[in-house]
Amino acid sequence: MSKKKHKAAHAEEPELTRRALFRTGVGIVGACYVGPIAYPVYRYLATPAKQSAALAAIKEVSIPQEQMPALGTALRFAFGTRPAILIHMEDGSFVCFDAVCTHLGCTVEFQPEEKRIHCACHGGTYDMATGKNVAGPPPKPLNQYKVEVANGQITVTRA
Amino acid sequence: MGKSPSLARKEPQPGLYGWLDERLGLDELLDFARAKEVPHHGQSFWYYWGGISLFLFLVQLVTGILLLVYYRPGAEAYESVRQITYDIEFGWLIRSAHSWSANLMVLAVFVHMFSVFFMKAYRKPREFGWWSGLALLGLTMVFGFSGYLLPFDELSYFATKVGLEIPQTIPGLGPVIVTLLQGGEQVSAVTIQRFFALHVVVLPLAFLALLGFHLWLVQKHGNAVPPSEELKPEEKRRSIPFFPNFFAKDMAMWLITMNVLAILASLYPWGLGAPADPIAPAPEGIHPEWYFMSQFQILKVFGRWFPGMTGEVLGILFFTAGIVLWSLIPFYDKDNTNARRARHASWFGLAALTGLILLTIWGYAEI
Repeated sequence: MSKKKHKAAHAEEPELTRRALFRTGVGIVGACYVGPIAYPVYRYLATPAKQSAALAAIKEVSIPQEQMPALGTALRFAFGTRPAILIHMEDGSFVCFDAVCTHLGCTVEFQPEEKRIHCACHGGTYDMATGKNVAGPPPKPLNQYKVEVANGQITVTRA
Repeated sequence: MGKSPSLARKEPQPGLYGWLDERLGLDELLDFARAKEVPHHGQSFWYYWGGISLFLFLVQLVTGILLLVYYRPGAEAYESVRQITYDIEFGWLIRSAHSWSANLMVLAVFVHMFSVFFMKAYRKPREFGWWSGLALLGLTMVFGFSGYLLPFDELSYFATKVGLEIPQTIPGLGPVIVTLLQGGEQVSAVTIQRFFALHVVVLPLAFLALLGFHLWLVQKHGNAVPPSEELKPEEKRRSIPFFPNFFAKDMAMWLITMNVLAILASLYPWGLGAPADPIAPAPEGIHPEWYFMSQFQILKVFGRWFPGMTGEVLGILFFTAGIVLWSLIPFYDKDNTNARRARHASWFGLAALTGLILLTIWGYAEI
């Protein structure tokens, strides 16, 4: 019995190494195929992401005079791919914020009566002059843009 | 010792495989696949064509889903295919792979059908395998026809118009069917939307169900052996285990098919013609895809012999009769006891194959 077992174990030895070689071979050939298939598929699926990344990369948005919000009101506009909010303060100055709530990404709204920026999703509230998170769940202030007014045209740039 | 492996309490294997095996019974599946035998003989090569067809169908599923990411049916169809072909990175390759593998799949299914026919694998008890296979071929052709319209370029527009003339000749119901298929009097954006629903939902569901049935029958009855092999005494017949021997060869065939597909799709990318224009005349030399060429040629020839609608109707009747006879062959050549009928069936198959090839060549010669 033990003799037989010994013999069997002996016979299995070259079989095992051959199997290991075969497995490695299959693995290498498989990897050679996976790359050339996965790469075009990734690039194919990623094309719009690449286009929107190019759009998101813009640094400056100009707002023509006719779109300038009246005193005490705000203008919603797109800064690249993100919503932004331009507030014309009562003192005549302008402030501009990224309109994406820092809590869970909803778009915030300027509420002139309450003089605040509010997020309807979870009740986050921001100070309209500074964008500071003042109530509710938002962990951080709104991202602020730099506003310049020259020759009646407003230019908003990344701060 | 002494106990059969299934009765013995198994020591769980280490690692991920062992973990999965304990829960999913992978070893049982492997044992089953190892015990399953596939006949091995001079004609074994033809056994791979069903698998090749299946592989190409899987390629269709994957590339089709990828195309769905950008394709927009309806009025924007052409523009979206233009974007896929020229604007989206590697879109041309995905689309080319879809078109090429569609053509290769039709070819593989035809090879599979004729090899099954000549090996007489339609005989008892495999009649339903034969019929479900024919239905799968039919669905494959409808897949081809409906998919051809979707880019909505010149060629696809006229090919669909001409193709829909065939159901038009069905007495009484023809015009109703065609109006329903087109969604109006003309091939238009509405037609694309319908063909799209057919192509990406209805046909795949029907195909997958039938394919499941077909594969279950193959598993149930096993591979048929050709008559030459049947004559041999039992002890002279050879077979190989399904796993790993046949499976490895099957996978090798898939790999070869994938290489052929990759070469064709990348070196001969599928083109896109001018957008379809219902007012423009049909382009010179317009012709159907190769797998519809023989039918097209029959219609043309019968139209010449019997001018007017009679010719067309006769052509369609002739073709339909051929298909009916073809599908009824298991009732004629039932088993291996009637040599005369077996010979007749073989001659019928040879005539059908030669006829299809000659008509196709003739069709291309007349373009």
